[in-house]
Amino acid sequence: MATAAAHQAYGTTEDTADTGAYERAFDAAVAADERIEPRDWMPDAYRATLVRQMAQHAHSEIIGMQPEANWITRAPSLRRKAILMAKVQDEAGHGLYLYSAAETLGTSRDELLDKLHSGRQKYSSIFNYPTLTWADVGAIGWLVDGAAITNQVPLCRCSYGPYARAMVRICKEESFHQRQGYELLLALGRGTPEQHAMAQDAVNRWWWPSLMMFGPPDDESAHSAQSMTWKIKRHSNDELRQRFVDICVPQAESLGLTLPDPDLRWNEERGHYDFGPIDWTEFKEVLKGNGPCNEQRLTQRRRAHEEGAWVRESAAAYAARHTSRTDGASKPGETGATRA
Amino acid sequence: MTTTVSATAALALGDDALVLSHRLGEWAGHAPVLEEEVALANIALDLLGQARVLLSTAGDEDELAYLREERAFRNLQLVEQPNGDFAHTIARQLYFSTYQHLLYAGLAATDGPFADLAAKAVKEVAYHRDHAEQWTLRLGDGTETGHERMQRACTALWRFTGEMFQPVDGLDVDLAGMETAWLESVRAVLHRATLTVPEGPRTGAWSAGAGRQGVHTESFGRMLAEMQHLHRSHPGASW
Repeated sequence: MATAAAHQAYGTTEDTADTGAYERAFDAAVAADERIEPRDWMPDAYRATLVRQMAQHAHSEIIGMQPEANWITRAPSLRRKAILMAKVQDEAGHGLYLYSAAETLGTSRDELLDKLHSGRQKYSSIFNYPTLTWADVGAIGWLVDGAAITNQVPLCRCSYGPYARAMVRICKEESFHQRQGYELLLALGRGTPEQHAMAQDAVNRWWWPSLMMFGPPDDESAHSAQSMTWKIKRHSNDELRQRFVDICVPQAESLGLTLPDPDLRWNEERGHYDFGPIDWTEFKEVLKGNGPCNEQRLTQRRRAHEEGAWVRESAAAYAARHTSRTDGASKPGETGATRA
Repeated sequence: MTTTVSATAALALGDDALVLSHRLGEWAGHAPVLEEEVALANIALDLLGQARVLLSTAGDEDELAYLREERAFRNLQLVEQPNGDFAHTIARQLYFSTYQHLLYAGLAATDGPFADLAAKAVKEVAYHRDHAEQWTLRLGDGTETGHERMQRACTALWRFTGEMFQPVDGLDVDLAGMETAWLESVRAVLHRATLTVPEGPRTGAWSAGAGRQGVHTESFGRMLAEMQHLHRSHPGASW
């Protein structure tokens, strides 16, 4: 692959003088808000950070399909069913963009999927919570996609070109999902008392996990400082979390729903809403694998992958045979190397 | 056109699209490769779009989808068959999308009540048919496992294919001509995929082939129970 070869040529050079020049050029480009492209020299740690972040993002998209797909077969109207199916399909599409963007750094999709399946790479912890009622589909759209957008809009200006460009497209679709989730909750909020209760219950369960999506507080965030210097990240976790809370409070009022935080109130002096303490013990437990659905999500992902192996192998065998076949008459079984 | 006759046909075609869309929706999060998550959802969405148009010509789409009993559905038994493995899903797609493509092409050429819908849908369905054919080749003419699974699936679903060519009130198409074209096309694809064309009967004993009369297979009731449960739990609510 030309891209990987070019990187190797730059990245593994023993000539420290040259490396120093490359590094200065890289730093200058980042400082000048220029985009780093796949063929450009970049520090190994920058590459590793991007692969880790993009992989985690891609994994979150495909694991995130599960809690919502859980309601496709039970969607209560055909209109809602079409919206939900399209949304889950968009997430698969986002996974594709992001795995492709990660490939520009020389890491294949198979390699990243292996790391997901073996637990060596993570996905967003939010998807380790269950979708218990139809209203959860709305709460995920409004809160989880809302938090994701708050996190992701600044990534459209990320220093790495392919990631930034993928994020532009993803953010457009995510903001559509966020509005659809809001509109779903609005219909429930204005519906029967049972529907209203269903919506309130979902918001109660999803609010705090959504706030945790911004990651640990700034003083405990392991990767933040370096990522800010590299302009992979543009705002701190706490800044983004505050921005999200400020957006959600008036929206909750319009929905006729409350947010489950007795400490939530406007602070005139700060010009922001104050909110109560986040239970970081829960966050850490879910991150460690002890959330309600960690096991279930990963098991389903592994099972889909394993049960699909014969399909992928058959397609690969077909492709191999039909690009190399000259006699035009071989039957399944004749090219032993491609047999499952 | 007489409304009652075209409502019967609209229900038959609408239920086919609704039920197959639902089955394909069950794949979400379970597909063998990410590209197929996108493709299967895309086909499901096309079918759901067709179903909504067709059911709306026969009444209220949600009342028809969510409040009818199993015996009132008019879809082919083929489309309600459980997904099975990926080969079964592809065999079902091959049989159905070949039929639907021929049917919509025929309807688009008439000046009947379905001409507009058919002219639009035939373009989508051409893609569904191509998708099914391409996978039939890859599974049939890929690995030994792929070949065996695809053969088993084509054979298992064969007996549900005769029903597609039973007359439906209000559907003004040349069914005999369609059946010949269908057989020719499916045989050619199976041949290219190194698969054997199944030989058994294309309609079963008393029940197979009766979906158009509201007689379905056992798994269909469970599918409807899941699909209708939430809607029925909140009578009169809007969503």
